[in-house]
Amino acid sequence: MTSIAKPRIVTHKSERNALGLTRLDYEGGMSTLCAGCGHDSITAAIVQAFFELALPPHQAVKLSGIGCSSKTTAYFVSQAHGFNTVHGRMPAVATGANAAHKGLTYIGISGDGDSLSIGLGQLCHAIRRNVNMLYVLENNGVYGLTKGQFSASSDLGSKSKKGEPNQEEPIDPASLALALGATFVARSFSGDKEQLVPILKAGLKHNGFAFVDVLSPCVTFNDHEGSTKSYTFIRKSKHEAVSAGFVPIKDEIAAQYAPGSVRPVTMHDGSTVYLHKVDGSYDPTDRHAVYAYLKERQEKGEVATGLLYLKEDSLDLHAREKTTATPLRDLPFASLCPGKGALDALMDEYL
Amino acid sequence: MSSGNGNAGGGSGGGGERSRVNDFAFKVATVNGTGSASANGLILKVVYRMGIPVSGKNVFPSNIQGLPTWYELRVNKAGHVARTPKFDLIVAMNPTTYAKDVAEVQAGGWIMYDSSWPLAKALLRPDVTYLGVPLAHMCVERFTGSRERILMKNIAYAGALAALIGLDMEIVKQLLDETYSRKKSMLESNYTALALGYDYAREHFGALPLQLEKMEPDGEYIMMDGNTAAALGCVYAGATVGAWYPITPATSVMDNFRDLCKKYRTDADGTKRFTILQAEDELAAAGMVVGAGWMGARAFTPTAGPGIDLMSEFIGLAYYTEVPCVFFDIQRTGPSTGMPTRTQQGDLLSIAYASHGDTKHIAVFPASPEECFYLSVAAFDLAERFQTPVFVVSDLDIGMNDWRIPRLRWDDSYAWDRGKVFGEAELEKLKSFSRYLDVDGDGIAARSLPGVSAKGAYFTRGSGHDKHGRYTEDEDAYQEVVDRLVIKLDTAREAVPAPVIVRQDGAVGGLVCLGSSDAACREALDLLAARGLPLDFMRVRGFPFSAAVSAFLAEHDTLFVVDQNRDGQLRTLLVNDTEVEKAKLHSVRHYSGTPLSAEHVVDEVLPVLQPVAEPAGHRLAYVAGLSLLKE
Repeated sequence: MTSIAKPRIVTHKSERNALGLTRLDYEGGMSTLCAGCGHDSITAAIVQAFFELALPPHQAVKLSGIGCSSKTTAYFVSQAHGFNTVHGRMPAVATGANAAHKGLTYIGISGDGDSLSIGLGQLCHAIRRNVNMLYVLENNGVYGLTKGQFSASSDLGSKSKKGEPNQEEPIDPASLALALGATFVARSFSGDKEQLVPILKAGLKHNGFAFVDVLSPCVTFNDHEGSTKSYTFIRKSKHEAVSAGFVPIKDEIAAQYAPGSVRPVTMHDGSTVYLHKVDGSYDPTDRHAVYAYLKERQEKGEVATGLLYLKEDSLDLHAREKTTATPLRDLPFASLCPGKGALDALMDEYL
Repeated sequence: MSSGNGNAGGGSGGGGERSRVNDFAFKVATVNGTGSASANGLILKVVYRMGIPVSGKNVFPSNIQGLPTWYELRVNKAGHVARTPKFDLIVAMNPTTYAKDVAEVQAGGWIMYDSSWPLAKALLRPDVTYLGVPLAHMCVERFTGSRERILMKNIAYAGALAALIGLDMEIVKQLLDETYSRKKSMLESNYTALALGYDYAREHFGALPLQLEKMEPDGEYIMMDGNTAAALGCVYAGATVGAWYPITPATSVMDNFRDLCKKYRTDADGTKRFTILQAEDELAAAGMVVGAGWMGARAFTPTAGPGIDLMSEFIGLAYYTEVPCVFFDIQRTGPSTGMPTRTQQGDLLSIAYASHGDTKHIAVFPASPEECFYLSVAAFDLAERFQTPVFVVSDLDIGMNDWRIPRLRWDDSYAWDRGKVFGEAELEKLKSFSRYLDVDGDGIAARSLPGVSAKGAYFTRGSGHDKHGRYTEDEDAYQEVVDRLVIKLDTAREAVPAPVIVRQDGAVGGLVCLGSSDAACREALDLLAARGLPLDFMRVRGFPFSAAVSAFLAEHDTLFVVDQNRDGQLRTLLVNDTEVEKAKLHSVRHYSGTPLSAEHVVDEVLPVLQPVAEPAGHRLAYVAGLSLLKE
């Protein structure tokens, strides 16, 4: 994954966040993806979300697998450690890193090949463990780096660049996540920054595994007539079910919402997510109803988007495991090694 | 009640033979899942508490209930307790294996069997003595409930053995009291069953010439299996993240780590200073320890050969990105699924060079549960010092069998070696941080941990990178990094545990081994020396090999390399990693799944050392010679 340093130009007019940092402080190397790639828009949305949340850049941890999407961790928050792991196995590395240090902000970037084919198992189990991280699946329905093969999210009948229709059933990542007990499930579109940024912010603040499926067209291999992951097709078929507004803990709620149309959800750190129900009866905290809704829309040829499901009292891996407040990696040796006296006593149990 | 057939039940069988005190081998053949493991464990522990050097080897099936299982015990006052295939007494409790068991006992030996049913005529050998004890019959009479009848049969044979070979009844009772201190009814039943067997055997057979007598131990011993000791090593080394996928024979490493952490790392309110991640497979387990190691925690995963296969991709990543992590390989038998409940040293090559591309890994080879403890601690230090995967290469024999080992000791002055890690202050002093820069010339570059400082931030990648950690496809920049890794692994040669070397006067060659081959090899040395063929001995304990290993190989013209695998993997490693001349390394191999025996080593060494002197029937001749030596 090539990365080229970006020129840094900060003027006195640049907007600053609560930490006094500008957007540039959350950027990374120059993208080497194709011009117009949906992934670059997602990267921009991530930069925006980090900036708006005023997260300390060096306390973020970026992880990815292999593929076009996985390259993008080099393109944002360059002051954070990043780990470009192996194909489909980022969730395990993220789980281990998170186990060792519960206090950092974890963001994992993956693609549909990385998450739904080679890494399907790892994704499923990271969801089950409710690892505290934001997991972004940049979904373009195609293998880009190996030049145009269908992926596991390619829709039935969607055509390849050469005109061949896909004959295998797709895996819908949002339905999958819901079925596995995910505590935060969202779907968005790389071309809809307004929808995506609040979702990413809520995901970063969620206490658990925040799963965001982002439809992200591949301009080189999957943006043609007949593809169901093209810009044109997605714009036509996406249907926003619920829109999210994110209000950090310290901010006043500026907007007024008509009662009944908004569902406020308090996050672990005290921030609030406001879920605006576009479809009247939609309940984003009812897992089974959300699942049924997704299927229903799918039948109509639509793709439901928004912060689709949110479990309010989510307990992450550490909460379930009852690990100590100090990150495990920072525990002093004396608190870990029982010492000579304990060993001498223990030996008496093995006589 | 049947008194059996042939010469069954005849007085103190084999009467007239010289008494053999604290020097014989016996085994118990049972059906797994019937409770025999507790009776066998009891017998082992009684002998151990009598102060006699003893080993117990569990030869068990990959099954929960209903298949044949054996428990082999060897007592030896001289301390030679490697497995021997020569059994003086077999307790045959499983009719489905009678034929095999009867065939295996030494001529002049004894077979104790359940005489509730008669033995088939075909099973009668004229050269062994049959001791029929109607165990099932007695237990059915005495106990109610089928489960209790089955369970108590085991304690009854232990009672019979106590009468036959002199298990100290006071110690037997003491152990039963310890085990059933909270279950008085169980204690009563056990006492009753014990007496049933004991009284019957004493009345009908008396004591056999095979006798146990209390000894004053030459040191302070404990009885522990290697997986417990390894887990204890992880606790004492300060490991906080354990990730694993259950696999025989490694499972008990994590079971023990959990128990020990519950005891030592859990506060009254349940707060834990560790975490255990049960992964979905070994790929994930490896990924988790790589993630945790990268984050700066001491992390480990226990597995066996099939797990190493699946972990290889991550092992390569950890090697190339230079992430510390510790892998325990409790080796088992065979390729593919093989024989999961039998032992072998079959993973040496796959560990040394695990993963594609140019890789090479540090490994340590414990020979006993004692070393499992100390070398586990060493492994974590090596992993962090060299920022690379380190393998603790054990096996089923060490890992799952209880061994009599010296008490484990701890020195509170131990300080963990975290290796070169730049903290905030060190990073501040730098103009810029380059992750893979070798400043000291030892091949080890300093790393930075996530979350500490923006200045230490870098991008860890398994793709081609230069010494700064930046992506590269440049020939020279790529090669510079992988060449430094060679320097790093060369530095590790003298940091891994030194070989154990024993020299003998007038040595005619050298014997080389690793791991659990130690006990059999040391006994073989004695047997060979008694035949006028003393050999020097070297047990390697670390890979890559140090200068001392090379020097030992260089100073001998004839060398025997003992491997518990088919293809001589240690020999291959020695040829590959030292300058030794291949032709002078004679391969001694054992790979049937049982632990190595001294007899096998001698068997393989003798034809090389005495090629002409042996007549056609030499094998029988020197086996007879060996038994003479033993007496």
